[in-house]
Amino acid sequence: MSKPLLSIKGLTVDLPAGADRPHALEGMDLVIGQREVVCLVGESGSGKSVTAQAVLGLLPPGRLTVSGGAIHYGGRDLLKLSPLELRRLRGARISMIFQEPMAALNPVVTVGHQIAEAIRAHEPMAKAALHERIEQLLAMVGLPDPPLLRKAYPHNLSGGQRQRVMIAMALSLSPDLLIADEPTTALDVTTQMQILQLLKQIQRQREMGILFITHDFGVVTEIADRVAVLRQGHKVEEGTTREVLTAPQHPYTKALIAAVPRLTATQRAGIPADAPTVLGTKELVKTYGLSGNFLRRSRQVRAVDGVSISIRRGETLGIVGESGSGKSTLARLIVRLYKPDAGVIDFQGVDLATLGRADLRPYRRRVQMVFQDPFGSLNPRWTVGDIIASGPVIQGVSKQKALSRAAELLELVGLERTALPRFPHEFSGGQRQRIGIARALAVEPELLVADEPVSALDVSVQAQVLKLLDDIRHRLSLAMLLITHDLRVAAQVCDRIAVMHRGKVVEYGSTVDLFTRPQHAYTQQLIGSIPGRDWLEAEAGPTAARPAASGSKPTART
Amino acid sequence: MHNRGAVAGAVVLLLIVIMAVLAPVMFPASPWDMVGAPLQPPGSTDLLLGSDMLGRNIASGIAYGARVSLVIGLVSALVAVVIGVTIGALAGYFGGVVDDALMRITEFFQTIPGFVLLIVLVALFSPSVVSIVVAIGLVSWTPIARIVRGEFMSLRTREFVQAAILMGESDLRIILRQILPNALSPVIVSGSLLVGTSILLESALSFLGLGDPNMMSWGYMIGAARTVIRLAWWMSVFPGLAIVLTVLALNLVGDGLNDALSPRMSRKVHA
Repeated sequence: MSKPLLSIKGLTVDLPAGADRPHALEGMDLVIGQREVVCLVGESGSGKSVTAQAVLGLLPPGRLTVSGGAIHYGGRDLLKLSPLELRRLRGARISMIFQEPMAALNPVVTVGHQIAEAIRAHEPMAKAALHERIEQLLAMVGLPDPPLLRKAYPHNLSGGQRQRVMIAMALSLSPDLLIADEPTTALDVTTQMQILQLLKQIQRQREMGILFITHDFGVVTEIADRVAVLRQGHKVEEGTTREVLTAPQHPYTKALIAAVPRLTATQRAGIPADAPTVLGTKELVKTYGLSGNFLRRSRQVRAVDGVSISIRRGETLGIVGESGSGKSTLARLIVRLYKPDAGVIDFQGVDLATLGRADLRPYRRRVQMVFQDPFGSLNPRWTVGDIIASGPVIQGVSKQKALSRAAELLELVGLERTALPRFPHEFSGGQRQRIGIARALAVEPELLVADEPVSALDVSVQAQVLKLLDDIRHRLSLAMLLITHDLRVAAQVCDRIAVMHRGKVVEYGSTVDLFTRPQHAYTQQLIGSIPGRDWLEAEAGPTAARPAASGSKPTART
Repeated sequence: MHNRGAVAGAVVLLLIVIMAVLAPVMFPASPWDMVGAPLQPPGSTDLLLGSDMLGRNIASGIAYGARVSLVIGLVSALVAVVIGVTIGALAGYFGGVVDDALMRITEFFQTIPGFVLLIVLVALFSPSVVSIVVAIGLVSWTPIARIVRGEFMSLRTREFVQAAILMGESDLRIILRQILPNALSPVIVSGSLLVGTSILLESALSFLGLGDPNMMSWGYMIGAARTVIRLAWWMSVFPGLAIVLTVLALNLVGDGLNDALSPRMSRKVHA
């Protein structure tokens, strides 16, 4: 390890009274060397963001208080600095990038102005020189046309571009320590890869130290020199990336690594060729009109543009795409929350696409959905029992019977019967998602549409919920449509995958084929952007499916 | 309770309610009866707050007036909430044409000066408790409708509502059982503030002589006192104080409810 740049010793941060544990962080030690990238890994609530906030003196006053330890930087203890001294360091010597670039940028001020503000706070400078400096920064983070971009507002930029602006702002005063708190979590995979590469490149050029906070071991392998694993405020393991990944010591680290979805698109049991088709779409189209006014011409966006897919009984079809690809719209068309503009939804001979609300009612029960947001998908004022029983009750089942069925379903999804009279807020994200699954199953659907069912969950919980969905599909021989942005998730449970890009299905085939011989350039790009791909493949060994290197047949390998 | 203002408001309100309930016990005679010499200052024999120009007991008028004010305030706020919730819920839930139509109606009521409309309505239907309550309800439901519409518009896109649609639940049940319970806290808060405004409106009407002629009310007492205000200050000051105290107490309670019911505020207050 090189000379230490930042060293945290025995840092303890107290949580307010009444929290689930007394300390947000307890006896945390961490050293970041010069020119070193250290990843802080942990699940939500592990204290990784608190560490970053403590370094920058940004702990919410009155709620979180440092009760012990020291943070040494440049020969001084950051915890003992006055607010003014700390402010001189922040931004100039130590700077930070955040997870959500839209929330971190001021929406009514141009990006150039915001960067200028950051610079001027520490270094007064003439206007012309300032503009030149800003344009250099924007060029450095790989943004096209810096003079134009300087005058752009955050809403004019894409998510990836905004994050680049945040990086430019953080680097504007050449700090020697950059703290990045989940900087790529809100981004698409392909964008995430670009940002990670950019950070790595800049880190080398500028010889910075980076404290990189993430929950994703895939991201760790892409960027980190060393890794520290946090769990409930304690550091449970620390070592070089190679050590931790290949020989994790602590059981929690092992569990976290094991929970990373593998790229092994293992040949699944297979669906009998004569399995009946549950639902098929033909040339499904949904356009959104952005209504114009006398200043602006109206514009039409084809969210779903001629999509034809089919799902057979007992099969899981994955719809994979990045944000804006139309995958969620497709899901909502199939369950008929939205009405398609053209095309056919063939549900065992009935065209659901043209049915009105009343005519749809008999089919509602048979196509159900599991939602993304475990907090928004359950009515906060209803008990779990009422939520699960509501479907059957509407179908005319007696309340008594529906509730006893709900109790059985709770056991099926791995919860206790005692959950019935409780309210959703008493459960964790993963548990709520199980309740949502139980609600969908209560009406005995034939097709289950799961819209990003695990993307809001911690990795270890993700794996459990995915396994549950897969089990249920198998046991009840359901057809399942899994919408996800994460190819790793799709690889785990899907028999076939349709890749969507800008409203169109660009590739459609069996999971194994898709991973071993991706045909479309976009699919190849997606697979290439999976964080930690090299590591996953190396670990999975030769039996794993991997994209064939130019032309070589996977069968040639033994 | 963390909010001292709300507690004080609730205590004052409780005292006023007790006074209204016990009015016939405290003052067995009708407040319209002449019980002493006219224009007696406060503290005269048997007349704690003095008498008016016809020798009627001011204290008795205030006790009986509390009944009128509280009943009219509560019921007309309720009328306003029912109209506002219905219109707001329909507009917010269905959107589109329904929303456009209902919002134009709302704007129609918002653009007419409320008090002028109130006077016209009461004059038209001849003043009685019922017509006053309905008229106050009709001029004060618009803010409630706006709030409820906003809540419904955001709640109806939530995934639990989509789940209910997929279960085949009817629109009416979704509105009443899924969304409304989640939209109720801001309605309760603004409803409680509406009680105060309704009391003020009723007082203003009575002051102008448009109150129910059979009911002793605070506004009527102030109206009757205005010709002798230099001779007998107590005739207008005590009913005025009663109005101020009641409305202030209601507002404090409303603010307290706001803090207690909106999670964001309560966190900030107790942090």
